[in-house]
Amino acid sequence: MSGAELPLWAAWLVVALAVVGAAFSLTGALGLIRLRTFYERVHAPTLGATLGMALILISSMLLLSLLEGRLVLRDALIGVFLTVSTPVTLLLLARAAAHRDRHEGTPEAPPEI
Amino acid sequence: MSRFLPYPLLTVALALTWLLLNAPITPGSAALALLVGVSVPAVMRALQPRAVLVRAPGTLARLAVVVLYDMVRSNVDVARIILGLRRGERRTGFVTIPLDLREPFGITVLSIILTGTPGTLWVQYDSQTGCLLLHVLDYTGGDEWVRRVKDRYERPLMEVFA
Repeated sequence: MSGAELPLWAAWLVVALAVVGAAFSLTGALGLIRLRTFYERVHAPTLGATLGMALILISSMLLLSLLEGRLVLRDALIGVFLTVSTPVTLLLLARAAAHRDRHEGTPEAPPEI
Repeated sequence: MSRFLPYPLLTVALALTWLLLNAPITPGSAALALLVGVSVPAVMRALQPRAVLVRAPGTLARLAVVVLYDMVRSNVDVARIILGLRRGERRTGFVTIPLDLREPFGITVLSIILTGTPGTLWVQYDSQTGCLLLHVLDYTGGDEWVRRVKDRYERPLMEVFA
């Protein structure tokens, strides 16, 4: 099946999933500007790394499966690797910020545990 | 079994990854997948990683459904906070959670779950005291977050990785 032969419902579904996923990612990026403190801002990009990523990947897998006429699950690997690796990045960022704030004694520094 | 396949889960994961990357499956790619799945864990043995023991697959499946639901719900919650659609005052804050879970794989999965649900940020874990420091975007006060993490995620994880 080529792109032009894609049934209308499928085209709508693929586009809707991709656009909603992109909207979540955009909202996450917007959060980087709108939220005030560092610890609040770190929450924002996870929108793009979780639901935004999942919806875009589902849309991509649906499109490829329909075009190639078989189940294409390759993109799910992107989701797996992204999900497993994101915590490492965020953990490093949060620990570095916590260390800096405690060292400088700023008021928003996290409590000692 | 343990001499030939020291890490059966790793073998299955590697073979599946190989097959997914090289779909559609042909006899040649299946043979290569088997080869990768058997040879790579043999190399891993030099690093001596701890073997993972997964018990209670039913609990694991139930946990996956709970996490999927929480992931979608917290994504919508955080999006509403960012877009300013939420009324009322919002406070952020740090929550200290004393964890009973000590199994390294369980802690790892917990960190993936808490990162996968926006609104909770894993700041620090102290393996001496077993205390976890979280930053939450929607701080409700009291120990509501502590109970939520312990009841929803920690208890099933302790059943799965024991």
